[in-house]
Amino acid sequence: MEKFHTLTGLVVPLDRANVDTDAIIPKQFLKSIKRSGFGQYLFDEWRFLDHGESGMDSSKRQPDPGFVLNQPRYQGAQILLARANFGCGSSREHAPWALQDYGFRVIIAPSFADIFFNNCFKIGLLPIVLDTAILDLLFVSVAMHPGYQLTVDLQNQCVSTPDSNSFEFEVDTFRKHCLLHGLDEIGLTLQHADKIKAFENKRRQEQPWLF
Amino acid sequence: MQTLYDKLWNQHVVPTESTDVGGMSLIYIDRHLVHEVTSPQAFESLKLAGRKPWRLSSILAVADHNVPTTDRSQGIHDPLSRLQVDTLDQNCDELGITQFKMYDLRQGIVHVIGPEQGATIPGMTVVCGDSHTSTHGAFACLAFGIGTSEVEHVLATQCLLMKKSKTLRILVEGQLGLGVTAKDIALAIIGKIGTAGGNGHAIEFAGSAIRTLSMEGRMTLCNMAIEAGARAGMVAVDDVTIDYIKGRPFAPQGEMWERAVAYWRTLHSDPDAAFDQTVILNATQIKPQVTWGTSPEMVVDIDGRVPDPEYVTDELKRKDIQLALNYMGLKANTPIQQITIDKVFIGSCTNSRIEDLRSAAQVVKDKRIASNVKLALVVPGSGLVKQQAEQEGLDKIFMAAGFEWREPGCSMCLAMNDDRLNPGERCASTSNRNFEGRQGPGGRTHLVSPAMAAAAAITGHFVDVRELKDSLS
Repeated sequence: MEKFHTLTGLVVPLDRANVDTDAIIPKQFLKSIKRSGFGQYLFDEWRFLDHGESGMDSSKRQPDPGFVLNQPRYQGAQILLARANFGCGSSREHAPWALQDYGFRVIIAPSFADIFFNNCFKIGLLPIVLDTAILDLLFVSVAMHPGYQLTVDLQNQCVSTPDSNSFEFEVDTFRKHCLLHGLDEIGLTLQHADKIKAFENKRRQEQPWLF
Repeated sequence: MQTLYDKLWNQHVVPTESTDVGGMSLIYIDRHLVHEVTSPQAFESLKLAGRKPWRLSSILAVADHNVPTTDRSQGIHDPLSRLQVDTLDQNCDELGITQFKMYDLRQGIVHVIGPEQGATIPGMTVVCGDSHTSTHGAFACLAFGIGTSEVEHVLATQCLLMKKSKTLRILVEGQLGLGVTAKDIALAIIGKIGTAGGNGHAIEFAGSAIRTLSMEGRMTLCNMAIEAGARAGMVAVDDVTIDYIKGRPFAPQGEMWERAVAYWRTLHSDPDAAFDQTVILNATQIKPQVTWGTSPEMVVDIDGRVPDPEYVTDELKRKDIQLALNYMGLKANTPIQQITIDKVFIGSCTNSRIEDLRSAAQVVKDKRIASNVKLALVVPGSGLVKQQAEQEGLDKIFMAAGFEWREPGCSMCLAMNDDRLNPGERCASTSNRNFEGRQGPGGRTHLVSPAMAAAAAITGHFVDVRELKDSLS
């Protein structure tokens, strides 16, 4: 997993609540057996006027100029501002894969759907929860200032604005530790292999019908 | 005093010294269900890391999303779908994983076949790379969807690192009216608490109305816990649970059965257990539900109207409603019963079990689908559901009414195979999500119960199934 320390990046606002993972990456792109290459289909039905299918070269398609990600001022954005319940619906990890592959490193929203939130940490994409009032402020700021950037500092758990406002955010100690060091969670769990075996053996005796 | 969730959680915590850091626990997984869409990358990474599945007997695999529901004798014609299904077959063959292949009578939607086989039993932790894994909570399991990284984690370690959820009890008290189903309860709950209402929580569904539901109904309800934002939904064990499991192929037998049942009887919340939140619904007031928008929370009673954004004060909400109305091609204040449909889909992990098919068949018996309905599909949840329905003659009832009777799979719930809506088409669907493009790009989905979908098929528009003659039992 890619490490995450600090990032100063261009911000793009997606001003819609309940953005579901079907919208983030539509089902026709889930037929791939690979983990990469989903970025070009991110938000496919909103981003393009023509219908997308897996394997198409999105650089040759018709972008919808009205969709925020297509506006020239937001090209190269690494931080996505979103609204409540971002990532609801399907558990597809293809959604965080697509966001990361497109270039996003951070998503800031007032709330996230549970499975999506969890999936982000597994691949080194940082979901940050800030109050709705702060998000409202950031949405206004980004609209007013072309080239608007935010700085995200994971170690100190804060998001800073260009005019030196700083907003703290919560992150679980364990998840933070894994992100800061780019740790392989499976490797960490396997350090407890003996304990898992012991637990399993005890369970096998107590509830043999499960085995 | 413990909630059911507490009991299930505590039973599965692997004691360690160091993983409690930051409130995470190592949770042991009893049952791992696997399908073709979210597993190939996990198997690939597992192999690249030189690892093997921790416990093969915990895994049951099936292809359901990409399989055709029409004649399968020619295989799968879409090369990408075929590759995904072939990849699952290869991974399972190579590693020795139990799998029901496409031509197996037991093949079906993963959340239908687990319980059907007795592979889902009370007290288990059940995971699958699929958000509707919450379905299995109907059996007092801690069951939830995971992403592909976690699929790999469970394959490699039989465990997941997790943070304990808060608890939300949803009490549904009183008697459900005739023609009102578990699907209507689910939609009414989501209408009340919203699609984020259960975020961060595990839901326990309780109350007298839940106790009278069949296992099929409880599965429908738990299935849609994720649509209320909760990763897990669950129902306590009672006689209905135990009677359902008895004699199923993977279920314990003989002396082991008695021991298991004695334990299962303890799987309920203690009388004074404290929940973080409780929501109460009166079952007698729940009417058949129809969604009008692009989120399951955009739902109204069958005698209701499409909402008018003009009267919504919250700016974000007003904008959401306007976007949904535009996408759905609907005008504010339209009576729901005036909305005409183009297609009907009866199926999905929410509503494709035998009870669902029976209730839809009762509505369509001796009738014909309306002339404006271009396609009406019945897609049973598994080969065994299909066989049972055929033994009861349901297939003939559906086909005589003009429905197509298909092979089992996820089908038009998410349209990864050929079953889909064309742009602008409107569908009465028994599935779980009415998101933009879910059933096909530009398609417009209205979520309803099987009886309500059947009623819409007959009349060509939404109608209160309770008012159709002979349609209820």
